[in-house]
Amino acid sequence: MVDVVQELSTPVDWQSDSMQRRRKARYAADRRLQIYGLVAIIFALGFLFFLIATLTIAGYKAFIQTTATVRLDLSAVEIDRSDLMKANWRRIVRGALREQIPGEMSRKEERAYYSIFTSSAAYIVRNKIMDNPTLLDGPAVFDIPLSDPFDQLAKNEIDRDLPENRRRVSDLQIKFYDQLVQAGIVSQPINWGLFLNNDSRFPELAGLKGALSGSFWALLVCFLISFPLGIAAAIYLEEFAPKNRITDLIEININNLAAVPSVVFGLLGLAVFLGWFGLPRSAPLVGGMVLSLMTLPTIIIVARAALKSVPSAIREAALGIGASKHEAIFHHNLPLAMPTIMTGTIIGLAQALGETAPLLLIGMNAFITSDPGGVMEASTALPTQIYIWADSPERGFVARTSAAILVLLGFLIFMNAAAILLRQRFERRW
Amino acid sequence: MIGWTFILLLLASICVAIAGFARAKRMSVQASQTIHSRPIYHGLNVAIWTGIPAFVFLLLWLLGQNWVIDQLVMGSYPGSETLSADEHSLLLSEIRQAAHGNIFKKPTDQVLAAVEHLKSLRSLSLQAMVAIAAALAIVGAFFGLRVMTPAFRARHSVEKAVTAFMIFASLVAILTTLGIVLSLLFEAWQFFRKVPILGFLFGLNWEPQIAIRADQVAGQGAFGAIPVVFGTIVVATCAMVIAVPVGIFTAVYLTEYSSERLRKWVKPMLEILAGIPTVVYGFFAVLTVAPAVRTFGISVGIDAAPNSAIAAGGVMGIMLIPFISSLSDDAFAAVPRAMREGSFALGATKGETIRKVLLPAALPGIVGGILLALSRAIGETMIVVMAAGLIARMTLNPFESVTTVTVQIVTLLIGDTEFDNPKTLAAFALGLLLFVITLGLNLIALRTVRKYREKY
Repeated sequence: MVDVVQELSTPVDWQSDSMQRRRKARYAADRRLQIYGLVAIIFALGFLFFLIATLTIAGYKAFIQTTATVRLDLSAVEIDRSDLMKANWRRIVRGALREQIPGEMSRKEERAYYSIFTSSAAYIVRNKIMDNPTLLDGPAVFDIPLSDPFDQLAKNEIDRDLPENRRRVSDLQIKFYDQLVQAGIVSQPINWGLFLNNDSRFPELAGLKGALSGSFWALLVCFLISFPLGIAAAIYLEEFAPKNRITDLIEININNLAAVPSVVFGLLGLAVFLGWFGLPRSAPLVGGMVLSLMTLPTIIIVARAALKSVPSAIREAALGIGASKHEAIFHHNLPLAMPTIMTGTIIGLAQALGETAPLLLIGMNAFITSDPGGVMEASTALPTQIYIWADSPERGFVARTSAAILVLLGFLIFMNAAAILLRQRFERRW
Repeated sequence: MIGWTFILLLLASICVAIAGFARAKRMSVQASQTIHSRPIYHGLNVAIWTGIPAFVFLLLWLLGQNWVIDQLVMGSYPGSETLSADEHSLLLSEIRQAAHGNIFKKPTDQVLAAVEHLKSLRSLSLQAMVAIAAALAIVGAFFGLRVMTPAFRARHSVEKAVTAFMIFASLVAILTTLGIVLSLLFEAWQFFRKVPILGFLFGLNWEPQIAIRADQVAGQGAFGAIPVVFGTIVVATCAMVIAVPVGIFTAVYLTEYSSERLRKWVKPMLEILAGIPTVVYGFFAVLTVAPAVRTFGISVGIDAAPNSAIAAGGVMGIMLIPFISSLSDDAFAAVPRAMREGSFALGATKGETIRKVLLPAALPGIVGGILLALSRAIGETMIVVMAAGLIARMTLNPFESVTTVTVQIVTLLIGDTEFDNPKTLAAFALGLLLFVITLGLNLIALRTVRKYREKY
């Protein structure tokens, strides 16, 4: 203290070396802090770009699928047309595929050759013919996906220069594959199967149809439950509720629910919806109910803020000309708050769309090869499908998983963009 | 069928509403006195009478019927009184599966009879439900139309119903919390009947898989939660080590240094990090970060596990950056201008103001944010399920693989599970633990933040 007083009482030479050094040091510290901040921002944003770039690079290849377009002439094959299901399609299709490459093949070579095509080739041909039996009358064109290793080979994911025992395709198979390419029947069209097929153990056939419709049903249920309940609760708490212990409790509860880990909601769904109520496992109905419980706090909080921001003059004007309190709120305040509430709801639903853990616990990660026709049928959802594929060992699923993630992110971007647009177009500032 | 019942009920209510509206309109023209409520309210009132009792009845019936049917089926099953609880549930699930068409082994005649019984009860229940719901709707519509007079206060009646619905909606939040607490407590209590609670809380050995084997059911020490909690703390610490400094520095830069334009761009982009689903982060951790950590670890001579704690925790930290950043942002923004300007007036540089004035003033808010983020990190599931390990290990080395509470919950419950297995129940005990920890952290955090806000 004495030092400071002495120091202050004597005039300070601000131009002295020590003072200049000190000032320099202080400014340097300031700049350092600024640089730390910049580095932190660059780190976070760089990571974001790195993440998206990695997923895009890993995933874009799954949007195309290496396919053999083969002309099969089935008119010569003996098939009982009254019972197409019974025919030995495996043999028929193999025979037809065999004709794509001329020349003798031993049994071993044939086996190596057939494994170039997807193992479900027979079913693809059969289903197409069952849809349209006239294809049997003459030569017809079929698109048969190549099996995963050759899809990877075509996309240069497999290095031909590796020694044979270190890659999943043999030299012989590569020779056959090159012959097919030379014959001009191998192409890489857009992989519509990614959206139109259901899940499969074989990457070349696996698609997101079941997951997309499962997510759709679950979100529909989630919306139908959480939207009316959320708005009703918000109106009550904001406009009607007396200030007492119970409403305080409700408010604390809502804030806490918003912070409860999602996996706990999954436990709730498992114990209550599946265990006590006996609802079916893996059903989008249960998924949607669990998601709605998680979305509800978000919607209530947003809707309350929106209702609060409507000026009280509006309500007073309505009351002044004889509306009841309900009428004032439902005819005037609520419609004015609606754009903001819708924005919040869409953002809440976008969160629900990406939610995975609670859906895992209620069994929406089952291997299901048909898409759900309703809310009670077992299905997967988009994020759980990503989880299933991420766990699958086949190389082709890495690209599929990344592609599924890109689809999911696409939906999220779309929903958030819609929310932002809605806000900019309709939200009123008072 | 059930779906159609609901849709028909809705359609019936709409038709009745239109009919009631038309009738009230005629009434308002013909009546000698003025009609109390506008016709629309009369219409709505009739619709409520038609739809709501039947709707509530349908929901209750659907919730209760399975239990009643199970009781009836088991009650009529010969010799079911002598079965133990486990055999009871096993038999019941066999009958249910057989009724569903999934037959694993050839059912006995008794089971077949029970299946037939179950099926007949189900169709009976469905018919009864539809019939009663229809009767309720018709009686409701009749009653609603009968009370319709010019003096009837239909608006009050409708508003009362709406208020009741709103109160119910507000109570859903409480019901949800109650449901969580009760279901966790109930299942955890079942678990603690098989495994002593002290052994669970303080046991140092977590090997839940052992418990499947009959001779080792609920063997003591196999369900010790300490290593799992320990792993959770290791992963959460890794996450916080990344998220806290990066988040706070970002907030400092954005609130104090950056231009308005940069802020307008950077903030939403940071928010994207929070909006990316966690399953995406999990996949990213497995695909890119974990191999990179392993390569790095091996290059500096550390034997890094392929599913190291640091990979999962690091990615989780990235996810939490926007969370901490935006909460710190709020905390900085809440510091009064006068304090900032006072500091500048004394000749402090911006950096000194931040470090010596803003940071201490905003500290409670920041700490609250950090606690909230920590609670998120502890409860975060998908990243660790995909990127962390399954074996519980007590280690502080972030390059080793550890497991977390959420990972154990998910792995114990994935697949078909029965509720009488200690392995399944252990997940609920862990869930209870998780719920209590995160709830405690949230409450402390909210209190810290609120206390701080009151100050200025």
